[in-house]
Amino acid sequence: MEGVVAAEPGNGFAKRSRPAEGVRAYGLIVAMWLRSTMAYRASFVMTAVGNFVATGFDFVAIMLMFTHVDVLGGYTLPEVALLYGTSATAFGLADLVLGSMDRLGRRVRDGTLDTLLVRPVPVLAQVAADRFALRRLGRITQGLLVLGYALLVLDVQWTPLKVAMLPMTVLSGAAVFGAVFVVGAAFQFYAQDASEVQNAFTYGGTTLLQYPPSVFAKDLVRGVTFVVPLAFVSWLPALYVLGRDYPLDLPRWVAFLPPLVAVGCWVIAGLAWRVGLRAYRSTGS
Amino acid sequence: MRLYAVVAAGGFRRYATYRVATLAGVFTNTVFGFIMAYTYIALWDERPHLGGYDMSQALTYVWLGQALLMTCAMMGGGFEDELMERIRTGDIAVDLYRPADLQLWWMAGDLGRAAFHLLGRGIVPMVLGAMAFDLALPGSPWTWLAFLVSVALGVVVSFAVRFLVALSAFWLMDGAGAMQIAWLAGLFFSGMLLPLNLFPGVLGDVARVLPWSSLLQVPADVFLGTYAGWDLAGAYAFQAGWAVALLLAGRLLQSVATRRVVVQGG
Repeated sequence: MEGVVAAEPGNGFAKRSRPAEGVRAYGLIVAMWLRSTMAYRASFVMTAVGNFVATGFDFVAIMLMFTHVDVLGGYTLPEVALLYGTSATAFGLADLVLGSMDRLGRRVRDGTLDTLLVRPVPVLAQVAADRFALRRLGRITQGLLVLGYALLVLDVQWTPLKVAMLPMTVLSGAAVFGAVFVVGAAFQFYAQDASEVQNAFTYGGTTLLQYPPSVFAKDLVRGVTFVVPLAFVSWLPALYVLGRDYPLDLPRWVAFLPPLVAVGCWVIAGLAWRVGLRAYRSTGS
Repeated sequence: MRLYAVVAAGGFRRYATYRVATLAGVFTNTVFGFIMAYTYIALWDERPHLGGYDMSQALTYVWLGQALLMTCAMMGGGFEDELMERIRTGDIAVDLYRPADLQLWWMAGDLGRAAFHLLGRGIVPMVLGAMAFDLALPGSPWTWLAFLVSVALGVVVSFAVRFLVALSAFWLMDGAGAMQIAWLAGLFFSGMLLPLNLFPGVLGDVARVLPWSSLLQVPADVFLGTYAGWDLAGAYAFQAGWAVALLLAGRLLQSVATRRVVVQGG
């Protein structure tokens, strides 16, 4: 995942090998927060378990639904589990690496962002590593468990291509969600208190992707395919693996596009971040 | 009494200050409402009258959940972070010297917050939901009134639980873990994930008698007109019973905490 951070273009006053410097700084800040987290070890264990259980509840709700029905929107539980597992794992990775970025609005509001601006380290790396929360491993673990369950019970004709698509899906998906986090953070330079809007796309996005696309209205599916390309996180590649049809009339090869979509998202995210950072005005207090 | 009314008004105004944040919250509630509404449609399409709800009742349940999520603080968020921080830093000693009751003080503030969240975060998602879907809205004004009473009782139960959890900081210092466990229980047992009448067997029975069902399931059933006459009185008694029991437990814990624990100083 650190490669994703490296893919972010430097922010304005570039020196030599700015991305590498950013990754190094990110690692150092993360290491500091890890030590800080471990000072309250009992709390860490409780919050990590809590994180695991909280995300697990989503799947418990789905399982409870399946105690009443055999199919939901035409999909069986193992099929839904594949959609859930890929999207939850991808989101978990992005959340671990960049999830702290939704605290940016607070820093803009109270003026503490100024401290980050004077340090000789890329601001994006500092904001991303700020209060790094290792407890988010709980979410990744939960996603991987559901994914594992899906792979065990699914009745799929596996081909080398389909097998290779799984890691591709999860990593590209994490990159797409990561880009959403960065765009959301850039947005907070303007709408300082509006950090919750971001949740609609991040947490809302992963919740949406956990259900089959056939459940949702066509316009909503169009929106998450063409406007905010969340459909590439899991729906399109996973439906290819399952041999299912996407509700929209798209060619089959679209399922292989997630890496390209991820790169595109990061180009946009990088630009948005630059624009946002340039627009920053300190509170001055 | 006047003091606590002022504190409650302050709680209301404090949250009302952040208009952009409220708007952002409304947006997020609405997005989640849409996502969940579509999944419920898929579920009720497959099994009409599941859990005794018809399709429009099920959809109403979804939007009630979004409207009450913040009001009843089902995922936490409210005074407890602040109270725990005061316990951790030792500022609580100042609070204990004040000529006001600690529990009532925080409860008044939280009721003010809940009133704002009901108006600011509850109404708009509900209206948008009613515009997009066919909801089962009560025809009689008495049902709306009965619903508001039930919500108020739910808020008190929610407060009482969070007050207990916040006091755990006297012993744990960093209460984040305890708080997370509490909101997990709230999320699961309030009916926010799925209506409790869809929970199977014993799990469903247990969930219904736990305090958290007061936060969403009971008010929602009042709204949907499930309770009439004495059943309604029974539902209120259930909520009020938990409210009183948990508030008393909070008082007990508070007196133990202030007697036995040395406040952090600096």
